[in-house]
Amino acid sequence: MADEVILQDFWSSMFGMRCRIALAEKGVKYEYKEEDLRKKSDLLLQMNPIHKKIPVLVHNGKPVCESLIILQYIDETWPDKCSLLPSDPYQRAQARFWADYFYKKFSDLGRKICTTKGEEQEVAKKELIDSLKLLEGELGDKPFFGGEKLGLVDLAIVPFYTYFLAYETCGNFSIEVECPNFIAWTKRCLEIESVSKSLADPQKVYGFVLHLKKANGIE
Amino acid sequence: MAKGGEVKLIGGWPSPFVMRPRIALNLKGLEYEFLEEKFGAKSELLLRSNPVHKKIPVLLHADRPVCESLVIVQYIDEAWPSSGPSILPSDPYDRATARFWAAYIDEKWFPSMSGIARAQGEEAKKAAIDQVVEGLSLLEDAFGKISKGKPFFGGDTIGFLDIALGCFLGWVRVTERTQGLKLLDQAKVPGLAKWAERFCADSAVKGVMPETEKLAEFAKLIMAKFRAPPPQ
Repeated sequence: MADEVILQDFWSSMFGMRCRIALAEKGVKYEYKEEDLRKKSDLLLQMNPIHKKIPVLVHNGKPVCESLIILQYIDETWPDKCSLLPSDPYQRAQARFWADYFYKKFSDLGRKICTTKGEEQEVAKKELIDSLKLLEGELGDKPFFGGEKLGLVDLAIVPFYTYFLAYETCGNFSIEVECPNFIAWTKRCLEIESVSKSLADPQKVYGFVLHLKKANGIE
Repeated sequence: MAKGGEVKLIGGWPSPFVMRPRIALNLKGLEYEFLEEKFGAKSELLLRSNPVHKKIPVLLHADRPVCESLVIVQYIDEAWPSSGPSILPSDPYDRATARFWAAYIDEKWFPSMSGIARAQGEEAKKAAIDQVVEGLSLLEDAFGKISKGKPFFGGDTIGFLDIALGCFLGWVRVTERTQGLKLLDQAKVPGLAKWAERFCADSAVKGVMPETEKLAEFAKLIMAKFRAPPPQ
């Protein structure tokens, strides 16, 4: 019996993009379902009653929620192609640590850079740059966080890049000037088809950020 | 000595997060050196081993650090696969379910628990308590579905989700006592109430779950610090 795979998602969601890259890397055929976040579908509320959020991966009718959990599920369910985690337990622990770090550190920073001004914005900008520099240190000389190929951490972080234009314009700064190695890594990722076809267009994302600001009465 | 090199754990006895790897190591029958951090002062070793977060627990396996309690638990499971029972389930969907609820506990439920003590005023306190009770009701439901009649979330033996939730039972009891509440109410959450007793009685847990009395004293200490006016 063929697998039925559905991804409930929203085009500008960094978390959704992670899942799209993973499914593409694994060559898994799936149905992409765009959710209207202002009017969540019955299916979404049924599949993710606790958080009511996208992305949700529905595999043969069974939902998997939370993007990092979805990535690991995809990796474990379709293990034969493109492993997202290394086989060594210590390397796996490091990958999980850095994916968790990224989640903890960056969840709020982008929003602060786009929606605040003055001291609060400057603090957020500095934190972002400092955190990206820490990630640059972790990357070192490797082409990818996963080593010679994409891994869990690459997938967890690269969608964040689609928001850089928005952050740089709202915050009036250049991430490339401060963190050239990080940007070089994103460019290497974008050369890979499963990444480039899964990421939203940064211009569109910036337009969407402006639209949300306006709708929420933020200058 | 644990196979593959010496095992040390940097931690503190009151911390539920530190309890997690201790339970996992006990389940695997692994010996380790417990390096107790002094409350209020972080050791050189901790700062060196976890420069990013500077927090306990940190596992040192042959001097290589692993940080973040649930990352450590998964590491213990994978580094010693043939010692003791498996901590994570083998089926990918069951693993995803266990991880989902562990994340819910860490990101939503435990913060709501600590919200009770921090709440200012009766209304805020009631709201915080209601959140915790609602969360327990969700977890009761999850327990029913996941355990399928067995004693633990992990089945016959303690597993990942048992560890993720069970580590907070000491603090649940302290909250019940200090706030005059019954959170693990047999009438409201019968499955969880019985599970809690089994969990605390388990040989992998007994020695590392702090006594409620001792924990309550410690709680008074940190609340005093929390409520103290900022230094001039």
